[in-house]
Amino acid sequence: MIVEMLSWFCIVSGGLLGITGGIGMHRFPDLFSRLHAVSITDTLCAALFLLGLALQSGLTLASVKLLVVFVFLLFTSPAASHALANAAWLGGLKPKLDSQQPDKESC
Amino acid sequence: MIYSVAALAILITMGLALGRALLGPTVYDRILAVNMFGTKTVLLIAVFAFLSDRHDILDIALVYALINFISVVAVLKLVEQGNFHTAANSDNEENNK
Repeated sequence: MIVEMLSWFCIVSGGLLGITGGIGMHRFPDLFSRLHAVSITDTLCAALFLLGLALQSGLTLASVKLLVVFVFLLFTSPAASHALANAAWLGGLKPKLDSQQPDKESC
Repeated sequence: MIYSVAALAILITMGLALGRALLGPTVYDRILAVNMFGTKTVLLIAVFAFLSDRHDILDIALVYALINFISVVAVLKLVEQGNFHTAANSDNEENNK
């Protein structure tokens, strides 16, 4: 019963985080802030979904497979985000800054 | 019930990511949206394995997670250099011009 409720909590909050990241994809102004929204859905939302599914299945082979998927996502998602930001920076895309900010203080 | 809720939330997120992939002003926005779409596909396959009660499908989710990462890096290399066969530090500037 408690495990069921924990699983519901994990999956519902993971879904809410995913939808929040999807809305952030549309409302953020440039690539580098959109990267932040995508990183949230890639790490915490995926972790919560996989944890909720693993709680449903208990200690079986399925939850071991879910753990392996989670470890792969944990390693590859920051690497892909870094490669994307690096490529965009080298490709000449600069972050949008607040124009009223004085230049010397915005290091 | 719980799996249907999870699948619905993932599908909504995938739809939003697909909208950004279609709208995105630069090519990097599109790659970012496709990356997010692929991660959500991994989650959707995992949820579908539980929804249909066939836990073998989890292997497909595992393979898809690997393919997604490789494909994003390969597409980034293609966009950055224009081809697949030059090394990262070679003089590909002249080849592109």
